[in-house]
Amino acid sequence: MTETSDFPLPEVTPLTAPYWQALAAGRLVFQRCRKCGHAWLPARSECNACLGDDVGWENASGRGRIVSWVIYHYAFNKAFRDRLPYNVAIVALEEGPRLITNIVNPEAGLAADRPVELAIGQEHGVALARFCVV
Amino acid sequence: MRGTIVIAGIGHTAFGKLPARSTVSMNVEACRKALEDARIDKSMIDAVFVKYPTSGLEGKYGQKVAEALGLQPRIGGVWDQAGASNISMISFAAMAIERGQCEIALVCFADNPNSGSRKVFERSLGDDAIYGWFGVPAGYAMIAQRHMADYGTKHEDLAAVAIACRRHGAANPDAQLKSPLTLEQYMSSRYVVEPLRRDDCCLLSDGGAAVVVMNAKRARELGVPRPVPILGFGQGQTSWEVPQRPTLTSTCAAVSAQTAFRMAGVSPKDIDVAQIYDCFTITVLMTLEDYGFCRKGEVGHFVREGRIEIGGDLPINTSGGLLSETGMPGMQLVLEGVRQMRGTANRQVPDARKCIISNQGGIMHTHSTLILAND
Repeated sequence: MTETSDFPLPEVTPLTAPYWQALAAGRLVFQRCRKCGHAWLPARSECNACLGDDVGWENASGRGRIVSWVIYHYAFNKAFRDRLPYNVAIVALEEGPRLITNIVNPEAGLAADRPVELAIGQEHGVALARFCVV
Repeated sequence: MRGTIVIAGIGHTAFGKLPARSTVSMNVEACRKALEDARIDKSMIDAVFVKYPTSGLEGKYGQKVAEALGLQPRIGGVWDQAGASNISMISFAAMAIERGQCEIALVCFADNPNSGSRKVFERSLGDDAIYGWFGVPAGYAMIAQRHMADYGTKHEDLAAVAIACRRHGAANPDAQLKSPLTLEQYMSSRYVVEPLRRDDCCLLSDGGAAVVVMNAKRARELGVPRPVPILGFGQGQTSWEVPQRPTLTSTCAAVSAQTAFRMAGVSPKDIDVAQIYDCFTITVLMTLEDYGFCRKGEVGHFVREGRIEIGGDLPINTSGGLLSETGMPGMQLVLEGVRQMRGTANRQVPDARKCIISNQGGIMHTHSTLILAND
């Protein structure tokens, strides 16, 4: 088992704290520009569509689809050596934002555009936005 | 400025593992050889463009190289578009020469990730490390997976690129990896990040390479023995990180190539030989599509049955590319393009009159294109 001190945990900043706090409370949130309506992840302080800085957080439905996925057979970080092979996927939320994630039930079949649902999981004390194939 | 600027000289160090060589030292060796090839005295150089060593970015690196060359260039410094930088710097040098900002430029690159640090290629981005999202190969694997899903691209199509590059590299005495690859060997090699295998990934290499860029008329006056005219160039930048990219299966290589083809006044059917940036095999497949050599999704058919090998319709990476000659990011492809246009390549394509060269960087974030002619 890898020690928590070796595990690559997110660096929580004032900008990203609302994202991680929401996940810990069981909700996935994303940012939306109050001026132009553009929505995105991960957190940034200005909208990269209209460049405005009036940005708010919204709850995601948790529904999305798989954009693509890979299976690691080599651990670039030794903390993941005992998990090989493991998957990493890109999921597009139905609200638009895209994020890096893991699919918790890959045996159900990984495929492009396959619908998925949020399945929040714990990793070394941090709540993560993982997804399951539905 | 079509054809008014030339590549006057080329030079490179040995490729592979060069312990105890600093990147500055390798840059100087490559520049010395490029100047010898052009028969230009270094005192005539008034511009030095340097791509920073990928494995170690440091401030004022361009000044360190210029100091080691004993030069005080009017124009110079480091340009960062990752692997697209070398062709972009050649194009900036050409434009600066055309506008009288400098007269003769050195453009160079060197790095030593093979004997030094390879950490830069294995790191994670932002907060996604907790999901296990590490390494440059994984980004390209994510793109390859979607290309396979959308267009039915096969492992055999990726293999065709690796087999062509390894076949050409095996005949290159300077190549770092001189072993040809069979389809059977490819299909049985281990995955690194599925769907990409070890043989889909470029080499890690120490080495340096340089070119001399100048006006064609000035090159004639100075008696440069084998100048190669630049017909066109272009750039394009996707900029989005892979997870945020609206589409994974095409890139701004298309914009870059359109700009270069328009400037050169030629189209894909006029190209006789291509040097396509092959950091990963999927990069070659998508670049061939985005450049217009075949329609989107049809590249599998385009590369099969040796069509991209010497003797085929469009020979690519005739000295082995990043997969076989050296993993350095892009300048070696320019050097081989120059040799093909001079008619001096080790595996010369008969009657080759026009060569297109691609450079790209990051995980298909940046792209640059160069078109050369033989007269």
